[in-house]
Amino acid sequence: MSGNMNLTLKIWRQKDSKSKGQFETIKIGGISPDMSFLEMLDTVNEQQMKEGKEGFAFDHDCREGICGMCSLVINGMPHGPDHAITTCQLHMRKFKDGDTIVIEPWRASAFPIIRDCAVDRSAFDRIIQAGGFVSVNTGSAPDAATIPVPKDQADRAFDAAACVGCGACVAACKNSSAMLFVAAKVSHLSYLPQGKVEAKKRVLAMVAQMDKEGFGNCSNLYECQAACPKNITVDFIAKMNREYLGATALYAEKVYGEEM
Amino acid sequence: MILDSKIPAGPIGEKWTRHKFELKLVNPANKRKFTVIVVGTGLAGASAAASLGELGYNVKAFCIQDSPRRAHSIAAQGGINAAKNYTNDGDSVYRLFYDTVKGGDFRAREANVHRLAECSNLIIDQCVAQGVPFGRDYGGLLDNRSFGGAQVSRTFYARGQTGQQLLIGAYQSMMRQVAKGSVKMFPRREMLDLVVVNGKARGIVVRNLITGELESHEADAVCLCTGGYGNVFYLSTNAKGSNVTAAWRAHKKGALFANPCYTQIHPTCIPVTGDHQSKLTLMSESLRNDGRVWVPKKIGDTRSPDQIPESERFYYLEEKYPSFGNLVPRDVASRNAKMVCDKGMGVGQSKLAVYLDFSDSIKRLGVSAVSAKYGNLFQMYEKITDENPYKVPMRIFPAVHYTMGGLWVDYNLMSTIPGCFVLGEANFSDHGANRLGASALMQGLADGYFVIPYTIGGYFASTKLEKISSSEKEFEDSKKESSERMNKLLNIKGKRTVSDIHRELGHIMWENVGMGRNKKGLEKALAEIPALREEFWKNVNVLGSEGSFNQNLEHAGRLADFLEFGELLAQDALHREESCGGHFREESQTEEGEAKRDDEKFCYVGAWEYKGVGQKPELSKEPLTFDNVHLVTRSYK
Repeated sequence: MSGNMNLTLKIWRQKDSKSKGQFETIKIGGISPDMSFLEMLDTVNEQQMKEGKEGFAFDHDCREGICGMCSLVINGMPHGPDHAITTCQLHMRKFKDGDTIVIEPWRASAFPIIRDCAVDRSAFDRIIQAGGFVSVNTGSAPDAATIPVPKDQADRAFDAAACVGCGACVAACKNSSAMLFVAAKVSHLSYLPQGKVEAKKRVLAMVAQMDKEGFGNCSNLYECQAACPKNITVDFIAKMNREYLGATALYAEKVYGEEM
Repeated sequence: MILDSKIPAGPIGEKWTRHKFELKLVNPANKRKFTVIVVGTGLAGASAAASLGELGYNVKAFCIQDSPRRAHSIAAQGGINAAKNYTNDGDSVYRLFYDTVKGGDFRAREANVHRLAECSNLIIDQCVAQGVPFGRDYGGLLDNRSFGGAQVSRTFYARGQTGQQLLIGAYQSMMRQVAKGSVKMFPRREMLDLVVVNGKARGIVVRNLITGELESHEADAVCLCTGGYGNVFYLSTNAKGSNVTAAWRAHKKGALFANPCYTQIHPTCIPVTGDHQSKLTLMSESLRNDGRVWVPKKIGDTRSPDQIPESERFYYLEEKYPSFGNLVPRDVASRNAKMVCDKGMGVGQSKLAVYLDFSDSIKRLGVSAVSAKYGNLFQMYEKITDENPYKVPMRIFPAVHYTMGGLWVDYNLMSTIPGCFVLGEANFSDHGANRLGASALMQGLADGYFVIPYTIGGYFASTKLEKISSSEKEFEDSKKESSERMNKLLNIKGKRTVSDIHRELGHIMWENVGMGRNKKGLEKALAEIPALREEFWKNVNVLGSEGSFNQNLEHAGRLADFLEFGELLAQDALHREESCGGHFREESQTEEGEAKRDDEKFCYVGAWEYKGVGQKPELSKEPLTFDNVHLVTRSYK
């Protein structure tokens, strides 16, 4: 069942990180409203390749909204116009026949473009490496029932842990701030007794790494929250700020990245 | 080939403990002298890399995604089993072992399954200590639910995102080791070959997916944690990037491939809407706890479901299996959906769907209670189908989900190539012919956290490993071969796209090697796959260059391997003239249409040896014995 939507796409083309990019305009027909946005792009790429042109590069993997690999700024909105979903879950029924759709990569200096709409988000991995973990070696864990966790706290920890690390928060922010991502991890672990032991060291190290990667600061516009596919809310940023303040008071003499 | 499973002697409950003691140890100061390559960073790979790094080994981890956290383990929804018996309902290590052997339809190794059940409790402890936010009750303790037809509540869960939370736990542990320098992470790298030197796995050749450059990496052992091969069907619940390439390249270098025909078709997926479909989405089978499965009794009934009176509905699972009802195991539920659709009772535009109806539960429990349990799944369904499942029954259809077959491994998780270990879904070892719900996460983590750290030490301590470097001839040969192969793909310049041929392969597999298999269909597939492979190598069009970020070339390389592997899958299905678990041979069924096992002829692991493209592979058999769980017919009536 192929559909009958006709669209004009303006897609970002960029050969590699060193080249200059530009928009390319493509007309496509026969789009079904049941297609996902990425299936629409698959169709575009099939058409391009049949014409002997290379397809557009874009990241994707699970296509069910959980791996965090897909990105794309669609008509200026990270993950497109629908609320609380990733691009792979966006469906073409959210668009109208005849629409023009602008498709761009995440834009942030900390996320260099690899090709077209695929970007390098390894900065997020390095922030986790700085302290986004609980230091427990395999085999040394006590019985799981040893430490009860109040349900509301466990639920709050979960709300934060739902972050998929896609980077939409950075793409949505005019400062390219990664505060929502970092706050989600800091909060996830600091709400749980298992993560409390290292909480102070963690928040300092992760924030330091965040700054080092070149992410900007937060100016409280909440665009990140609006773009987040997993409904991570800005009150976690407030939580992180409290954690950070508490930690700096205690570790005032410590600076970036040093062992504490 | 004689397959030595190296199962330790002794009573089932003591084998693993005894084996751990008997394995030789590597001195702590010597561990850093050994390099281990881990390919794939899902639950098995990430947990292995983290644990081996903690022990002091020098680990190099590789993944095809942009970050190791994205591996497809992340998509598992339902939960993870453990024999904690926190619910006081009679669970035990032995019962989990028993259920898993029986659920696997007596085609798994008892010793492996028992070890898995033993490790299950340690996994939960480990994950909780890492900060995995499992569901808890109001007393702050861990909550459990019954899952996948189990008679006890042994499933730990993290809302509908258990896989994600477990993977993030393992990923964070691995990142901690990256920071310490014991694990070196190589994202956006695809393994193109396993390098065997003097009969031992000593490294891999990978392609840097950003620059296209080929790199050689040497090591003392290689762990393949590269998942399953469901995408040979084109449409599956696997991620788009999931592939058989790493496993297949190891197979071509001498690792035997066991039971490739054991594929799991999951009953509750969202049906296909058209040719544009790129993947299928699973709806957690926990939905079957409260949803009722039915189709109209009348063939070709096109009335909307609310217009069909109760008396004209066929609740086929409840009628055929009164004691298990809608909660029969996955293979039984899937097969029955196919049967009613084959009879013309299917619903929706394609007629390839059945209803999963929540109206009774909503009447009984109220909308808010149903929403609390399944809200996120209902929302996901609505996003994809544009239908509101609170008002209209869901339409579901089975889809390829998990593959129980994989590279053959012994009790130490080592393949038939010394030094090449295989963990998680990529190996064949623990699920037999059918995997139970919430057991995949358990196996991936058991292999990575609690098995490989012991068995790899045993290998190092008892093996003489010559000093080598990545400039050895074997590495250069592999690189050259890989590069030639890509050049060949790029120079075909035919008419068909890679996706087009992949879709056709999927069609052949699904029609002939899918839920119901028979001799005629399998022989048809065995004629069509090689023909399609030939078409591919003559008429595919792969654009771009080798030395750049080229997703089309990546896909083409993976499809080339699927086109060889698909034939092996069909071959295995043809040879196994019995029905067991996910493998249903239509010739082998009871009068009531249930699967009929043939224990006299087929109570073995079928492991295949590669003999060349298009050449008949050679079958070796590892007999299976059941000393503890006695062979019985599975019945869910």
